[in-house]
Amino acid sequence: MVVGEMTSELSGRVAIVTGGASGIGAASASLLDAAGATVIVADLDQRPEANAHGRFMPHDVASEASWQRLLADVLGREGRLDIMVNNAGISGGSGNPETTTVDNWRRVQAVNSEGVFLGCKYALQGMKATGPDKPASGGSIVNISSIAGLIGSAGPTAYTASKGAVRLLSKSVALCCAEQKNGIRCNSIHPGGTDTAIFNPLWQSVGREQGKAFIGSRHPIGHMAEPVDIGELVLWLAADRSKFVTGAEFVADGGITAGLQRRSLFAPP
Amino acid sequence: MPRLENKVVLISGGASGIGAETARLVIREGGKAVIADRDEARGRALATELGTAAHFVALDVVEEPSWQAAIAAAKQKFDALHGLLNAAGVGVRNSIEDCSLEEFRRVNDVNALGTFLGCKTAIPAMKASGGGSIVNISSVLGLRGASYAMAYCASKGAVRALTKNVALHCAQMKYNIRCNSVHPGYIDTPMVAPRLDQNVGNMTGRQYLEELHPLGRLGRAEEVASMILFLLSDESTFSTGSEFVCDGGLTA
Repeated sequence: MVVGEMTSELSGRVAIVTGGASGIGAASASLLDAAGATVIVADLDQRPEANAHGRFMPHDVASEASWQRLLADVLGREGRLDIMVNNAGISGGSGNPETTTVDNWRRVQAVNSEGVFLGCKYALQGMKATGPDKPASGGSIVNISSIAGLIGSAGPTAYTASKGAVRLLSKSVALCCAEQKNGIRCNSIHPGGTDTAIFNPLWQSVGREQGKAFIGSRHPIGHMAEPVDIGELVLWLAADRSKFVTGAEFVADGGITAGLQRRSLFAPP
Repeated sequence: MPRLENKVVLISGGASGIGAETARLVIREGGKAVIADRDEARGRALATELGTAAHFVALDVVEEPSWQAAIAAAKQKFDALHGLLNAAGVGVRNSIEDCSLEEFRRVNDVNALGTFLGCKTAIPAMKASGGGSIVNISSVLGLRGASYAMAYCASKGAVRALTKNVALHCAQMKYNIRCNSVHPGYIDTPMVAPRLDQNVGNMTGRQYLEELHPLGRLGRAEEVASMILFLLSDESTFSTGSEFVCDGGLTA
């Protein structure tokens, strides 16, 4: 390094962001990119703007073959993996315990729960791979759960169960890595209602502005989160600033879980 | 007065462990126990032992038609359904690195999908019976993580969140159906038995697991059954969507 040259916090680090083409994923990719990381935007969505904050790779988090291809590509081209943001997720519609079908349950678990399981499993493989640029194993895994993983009112049935699974899975991964002393951390983030495509069905039924006002009113802070509000937390957990933090839960929900009024974010007004 | 007089309770995983002890207690307290299990021989033997207040039905918790048949059989036999205990589950040791996708799915199917299907199928039957109480067996590992039980932790975390979702749905719909989760520590049951002989360092598996609990011993199935009975009975009518820990101080 040339004396006096500014080095960005994450320069030399390689990050994968699933669901990185939009919403919280895109905001995270943008912040990681700005902090100097090489970002791989892994998403089903092939929109051209998916390349805005990193290199786009088509990826289906529910497919193990897709994870194998993604890791081979990233390790082959970049030689290392340091940051994994398991952000891809679906709401699966608005099913309650009586109306949720087995098919819906399985589809939601496949993306939200199995997708994060596979993301952690392959992240470990990638983060343990060492080479000339990376002499020691290490890294940070950030799993996007939800306040639905903490309280029961926040989402549809299959979604709520899947986010509860992500919360505990994250702790188990964290403890496994801690025991191995492999330098890899794992934490979960629990956002409140965030202005992303997951609310598109609501926007379509009541209009975007009215829908945002309604969801916002269910947060003590009075409004929804913007994707960047969650992205900042992702960035903090991805960076070495949080190096003593593992197996923990990070809530960014405008105060919803602090109080007693906890009504569904997905039910129409 | 019996605490569960004439209440009909269906128990998945009722042939052994916590499920079987709950069946005994339900009957002792004046209720009817529908023992639902994959293990027909064991389930039928227990039902025979417990007499006319017990009934066995075959149940594979991951199959929705199997649940429908089991609930229908319970209603046919005892005319109502007031309680459901989702006790069927599998305990598998694996870490994030050695668990296959297939195994992750199997554990989550039995423990989480199975519990969901139990709730889904029981709700209409309980509504028709004037209300009731659902008890889902999660675990201390639905509250805390463990490096050696990754898939199990995920499934029990799902059960914890699912329970709250079911409770709030039923409350909102004014069904008079409550739903709570129970979080046992290590209980001396067939699920834990294989671990008792596996040495950990210079300790036997049993010693290791006993020392894990501040009370210095494993839990007994009847101790968990006692908590479940409280939740099934009208003694707990203001409790719903909550977590009931029975762990000898483990999570304290």
